[in-house]
Amino acid sequence: MSFVTVAYGVVFYVATVVLVVGVFNKVVQFARAPAPLKIPTMPAPLTRHGAAGRVAREVVLFESLFRSDKWLWLFAVMFHAGLLLVLLRHVRYFLSPEWGVIWDLVVLVQPFGLYAAFALVGGGIMLLGRRMVLARIRYITSPSDVLLLLLILLIGTSGALMTFVVHTDIIALKQFFVGLMTFSLNPLPTDAVLLVHLFCVAVLMIVFPFSKLLHAPGVFFSPTRNQCDNTRERRHIAAWAASLESDCGS
Amino acid sequence: MAKFEIPVLSEEPAEDVPGIAVNAMAHSRPFVAKPEHNAPLGFPGALVDDWQEKALGRMGDLLKRFRSLRVFLDSCVKCGSCADKCHYFLGTGDPKNMPVARQDLLRSVYRRYFTLPGKMFGSLVGARDLTQDVLEEWYTYFHQCSQCRRCSVFCPYGIDTAEISMAARDIMDHIGYGQKYCNEIIAKVHKIGNNLGLPGPALSNTLSGLEEDVLDQTGHDVKFPLDVEGADILLVTPSADFFAEPHVDGLIGYAKVFHQAGVSWTVSSYASEAANFGMFIGSYEQMHKVSNRIRKAAQDLKVKRIVFGECGHAWRVAYSFLNTLAGPWDFLDPNYPVPQHIIEFTTDLIRRGGVTLDKSANAGMVLTLHDSCNVARGARMGDQPGGQFVLPRELIKACVPKYVDMHPETTHDKTFCCGGGGGLLTDDLMELRVKGAKPRVEALKQVMRNDGVTHMASLCAICKSQFTKVLPYYDIDMETVVSIHGLVSKAIRLGTNHV
Repeated sequence: MSFVTVAYGVVFYVATVVLVVGVFNKVVQFARAPAPLKIPTMPAPLTRHGAAGRVAREVVLFESLFRSDKWLWLFAVMFHAGLLLVLLRHVRYFLSPEWGVIWDLVVLVQPFGLYAAFALVGGGIMLLGRRMVLARIRYITSPSDVLLLLLILLIGTSGALMTFVVHTDIIALKQFFVGLMTFSLNPLPTDAVLLVHLFCVAVLMIVFPFSKLLHAPGVFFSPTRNQCDNTRERRHIAAWAASLESDCGS
Repeated sequence: MAKFEIPVLSEEPAEDVPGIAVNAMAHSRPFVAKPEHNAPLGFPGALVDDWQEKALGRMGDLLKRFRSLRVFLDSCVKCGSCADKCHYFLGTGDPKNMPVARQDLLRSVYRRYFTLPGKMFGSLVGARDLTQDVLEEWYTYFHQCSQCRRCSVFCPYGIDTAEISMAARDIMDHIGYGQKYCNEIIAKVHKIGNNLGLPGPALSNTLSGLEEDVLDQTGHDVKFPLDVEGADILLVTPSADFFAEPHVDGLIGYAKVFHQAGVSWTVSSYASEAANFGMFIGSYEQMHKVSNRIRKAAQDLKVKRIVFGECGHAWRVAYSFLNTLAGPWDFLDPNYPVPQHIIEFTTDLIRRGGVTLDKSANAGMVLTLHDSCNVARGARMGDQPGGQFVLPRELIKACVPKYVDMHPETTHDKTFCCGGGGGLLTDDLMELRVKGAKPRVEALKQVMRNDGVTHMASLCAICKSQFTKVLPYYDIDMETVVSIHGLVSKAIRLGTNHV
């Protein structure tokens, strides 16, 4: 087995472990941290179902962003919807037709996923341009903000290149990844574009749990969005706060 | 009049985003608390020697205590959606007054000491050591946030800068670097029972003076009871209502409404304050201690209901936190929400036909409403979401001949802070207060110009004090600001149709 195959195999095992364990840890940390006070941004839904709907609208429609800035909303939707479709399209490199309905869905998404790359890259370029052009956004941009966008743009463009210009040996690639999933190593094609693409993906996976990409799990735990408005009806108290009760007389 | 430049107002509100003016407000900071202000709150008297270690320790504690802080520090993507939403940024152009940049003052230290990349790569991910300069920057800019939550409306992750600045202020208090204004006031509440330090006898004097005034003016014997055991309702109202203008007109209005409703009520000299500055300094413990004065007063006076007067952050603490901080309220009458807002009480009375209002008493007035930030985004009134916008408008419209809303980008949950909230209503921050009022004043001037608006009602003691002081800088008469229940007070017909 070639050095490249072994190296990429190791890198992807490491990246997967870091991503899964890292995000899991963060989610546990978010979930375990108590929320001692009810702080939904009002007006808020009165029920937990309503609050779940609010979070869902935030995740799917970027509702608050829409109220704030229509251009930014458009770029963000292009970028994220593009990313989602591209990722869904990639499921076919890990599954086989035996998966039935799921496979049918993967097949269904292919044509959309194909052109979603342009939305991803186009949206990303606009987001990057905004950081350069608008003075106040430039002010709040740190190097890591630019680097993360560049990384995703590199992934997007290298992927699109392979889809539309310089095709890689996709059969061999699939065998490589299916092999990794069953702990056997199959040779990885070694064309440069593919290697760049995969390396960047692995970097992104490793960086994910330590970076602002945590906004993805974070949005589900945001108390201003996921809490409902029922404080007069139900007493809400955190364990650590309950310990203060004893020193107040009653 | 002023030692600083008054912002130039634009004709069209909410469209004028300033260019960035780095350090434009770096000189603006409130007086630091002295040992005598800190001691009663249990905070160190002055900046402790090992302040860095203590500050980081406290930050670690808060991260374990508040999910909001943890999630908000981790989730920001620096998209800048919030950047042009803060009234202090719009009024000053100082980029550190952009909510995201304000959060980053704390986030940079969080990343440096509490995250792996911050420890490894430092400035690449915007991480900074906690130096004296950083601490000074915290003190400066976390006292340029009025915790109004407008940024949280527009953040795609709901990040609320108020939570961040509360945490920062709590950390600073724990190393002996708190703010004089807030800590001095909280100490007064612990000692005397209200922000102004009005002792029982002074309060009693004031209230009986009001009784005489109302009797003279109306011929009706409207009572202003103090410490009456067995009264139905405990009224908890901001202490400014006891004497400041236009606040006191509101208090007279509450008394007339209670009189007309035929209910017995009382003020407590022990809990003679609705405000709870414990929220401003981000201290759960202080908030808890102040809130429990209300519980004790309610139990001692054996009341059945608690009604709050017009005060913004007080209503947030009351509506959203009181059940948590000082509940359960199982000893009160379960037929009424605890606590209730005076506007809920009055609008309910109107709907039931228990009060007659005569608009002609306010003839010539054209009203608009400043939705107070903490009422708008931190609480509710009535039984539907958004009732906090509906009920005050309904009440004002019942009292005056004409009502006009300001620009929709500046009302309801998009309302701007008055510029003096969040523990910033102090003379040592006058420049900030004047500049922070800019977005609201623009919208007010527009309706004054286009719709002939003569008065702006407010339902918050801080807003009333702030506007009274700040509007004259923009050539608007200080008497433009009125209490909602000041309007009720004039319009109400006493002695008619008791329910």
